[in-house]
Amino acid sequence: MAIVQSRHQQKRVWAAHAFLWVLIALMLFPLLAVLSISLRPGNFATGELIPSQISLEHWKLALGIPHIAADGTVIEPPFPVMRWLWNSIKIATISSILIVAISTTAAYAFARLKFAYKDSLINSMMLLQMFPAVLALVAIYAIFETIGTYVPWLGIETHAGVVLAYVGGIAMHIWTIRGYFETIPTEIEECAKVDGATHWQAFRYVLLPMAVPILMVVFILAFIGTIIEYPVASILLREEENLTLAVGSKFFLSEQRYLWGDFAAAAILSGLPITAVFLFAQRWIVSGLTAGGVKG
Amino acid sequence: MNTARTANRALPWAVAAALAALCFYLAMRILAAGEWLAAGAFLAIAGAGFFVYLSKAAFAYRYLYPGLAAMAVFVLFPLLYTAQIGFTNYSSAHLLSESRARQYLLDQAVPDESRLMEFSLHADGGEHRIALRPVVDGVAGAVTHASAPVALRDGIEVAMQRIDAALPPLAKALPLNEVLLHRAALMRARLVMPDGMKLQYTGVREFAPVNPLWSAADGGGVREASTGTLFTPNRDKGWFEDAQGVALQPGFKVGVGFANYARMVNDAEFRGPFLSIFVWTVVFAGMTVLLTLAIGMPLAVLLNWESLKYRSIYRTLLFLPYAVPAFISILVFKGLFNQNFGEINTLLHAVFGVRPAWFADPTLAKVMILIVNTWLGYPYVMILCSGLIKSIPADLYEASALAGASPWMNFRRITAPLIIKPLAPLLVTIFAFNFNNFVVIALLTDGRPDHLNTKLPAGTTDILVSYTYRIAFQDSGQNFGLAAAISTVIFFMIALMSFANMKVAKLAAGGK
Repeated sequence: MAIVQSRHQQKRVWAAHAFLWVLIALMLFPLLAVLSISLRPGNFATGELIPSQISLEHWKLALGIPHIAADGTVIEPPFPVMRWLWNSIKIATISSILIVAISTTAAYAFARLKFAYKDSLINSMMLLQMFPAVLALVAIYAIFETIGTYVPWLGIETHAGVVLAYVGGIAMHIWTIRGYFETIPTEIEECAKVDGATHWQAFRYVLLPMAVPILMVVFILAFIGTIIEYPVASILLREEENLTLAVGSKFFLSEQRYLWGDFAAAAILSGLPITAVFLFAQRWIVSGLTAGGVKG
Repeated sequence: MNTARTANRALPWAVAAALAALCFYLAMRILAAGEWLAAGAFLAIAGAGFFVYLSKAAFAYRYLYPGLAAMAVFVLFPLLYTAQIGFTNYSSAHLLSESRARQYLLDQAVPDESRLMEFSLHADGGEHRIALRPVVDGVAGAVTHASAPVALRDGIEVAMQRIDAALPPLAKALPLNEVLLHRAALMRARLVMPDGMKLQYTGVREFAPVNPLWSAADGGGVREASTGTLFTPNRDKGWFEDAQGVALQPGFKVGVGFANYARMVNDAEFRGPFLSIFVWTVVFAGMTVLLTLAIGMPLAVLLNWESLKYRSIYRTLLFLPYAVPAFISILVFKGLFNQNFGEINTLLHAVFGVRPAWFADPTLAKVMILIVNTWLGYPYVMILCSGLIKSIPADLYEASALAGASPWMNFRRITAPLIIKPLAPLLVTIFAFNFNNFVVIALLTDGRPDHLNTKLPAGTTDILVSYTYRIAFQDSGQNFGLAAAISTVIFFMIALMSFANMKVAKLAAGGK
């Protein structure tokens, strides 16, 4: 656009910059405040937004190291934050791998194979995904209680059970992968089949290697989706050692025991890696969300 | 070569047979527990799996089976099961099935205090002997009975003999801490006295004969041993009751038809808070859409303005709230809004001299929730609008620039009309998402402050899903049936929203 900028225009540009900076300051205030709170000594200090005295006590406690206060008393870490982070990462990693595996094979069937009611099947799967798990919590709890009486390592209070509960949420991912498969020409697989490859071999050795980028994307999407999941994990896991980060974090701010500073450090420590992954995957996440919104 | 090929063919069948045996064994175990529905469901899923992988007819389903099975068990089945629970009285007071509730009553027993025996364990080789001393007026006498050496395993019956010269003498009794190591086995052991009376473990030091409180009566009822009163099952209410209608705990699960739904409509004490929660849910979701749109859309317009430098930095910074995990940022706000220690009130106090009670005042709590949810949601709207604005042909703006249009005119005449149609179905999706946005309520206010004077605790900031969670899993007596009924009502609302979404999307597609 080769349009001469008027002086009017210049003023507008400056106004826009100023407006954006004010808004950014407002929006990022909570995040910056948390950083300063995590460095402030004590859990109840108020008033200082830029701490005059820097203390690493909250960070030590968040990392699981006991802190020795100035008067010699030893403060033990209030909650096993590192343990929770590990639980979260473990559950999210395993369920994401399973989700990718299951949705890839299903997406292959939807993209390449012919069978009856194909369109109605995928459409009803997408519709089903509109009903969030939080509405069926009573049933999910009852199901896992029943499973647990026969297979104890899959019941309530087990991480394997939580993983299993997450594996059902795959319709969105099947949709995404199917869309990608459909952009890959079928001729390559046809050639492989002419050379004597079975369906499975054509899928495993020809199509799959070409689809690695989308599988990475789906893995990251599933990982973020499961690591921030709260309702299902909150009913299946109750014991402190067993909790995920999403369920455990709220105990820092209970009315009986208000640990604002400790929470701030734990929040940054655990939130930063997830935020980094999210920013890294931002482009795909957004396109995935938009596509789902339009089509779902 | 040939043998290898035969082995190759035989192996899958061997694995399949082993798996089938395992599934059959599991199904039998489930069936043995009387859960014929669960056993049937399990067999159906497993059977479908075997058919798919062993038959050539269902080839495509070999790829689909894991995904379909997972969705059927963990998405579809919970939805249907929830709807079914909505028609029952399933709750903490009606948790068991009728047969299990009856069995629970029949298992109830009291130790006969008058015939209490103190026991001691005596090591004998690798095994143990049990000795008993009768307790009279709280004082244990001399050993009267002892057993032969036995291995302490689960569920053993130990024959006790009167002490006489024929019995070999007992070794020294084990100390209590060593006795406790065998507690699990002892708790299930039965000591059989010479006269045939059976004694059970009743305390860390005692065995005693145990008298059942209830005996089985005809017609599925139970009879109280001490009074002889007959309690018959009432299958409308879900409990055992006597002729006067006195009910026993625990009750059992029965179908109650539309009683849970009738309660939403007829019970005035329940209806009041329920309606206000419903209204707030709609207001919350609607206001979230409006507010995120009011912030997200102008930002998207600004970020697509080519005269503006550093747009990618602005975009990343403004996107940040969306990248932070919600469970962390919501809790951060919970702390920042704290009335006494929160940074927001510290600032407000310094500037305006006020300390609003964000968590105690219903209106302020709602305002706070909307502020937080707008913060959480505007980046998504911003990114959506940004994508849509990018797809508007640039020559439209060039033409309007030649005509000397103002930016406001550009927005009103070009940008807004062109993006509103594709945006509409997305806004319906955002509405539907926030309609069920459990996490923000659960972590920020937990529905509090509560309505006053309600039978079931109900919060002024509760939305429908957080309210059902509360009824099912928190302070109000775990009324699963009622919670499931409300969930079912929400199912219909979601179905309605999905339908609206489809209609709007179709309109948008047609308008292009």
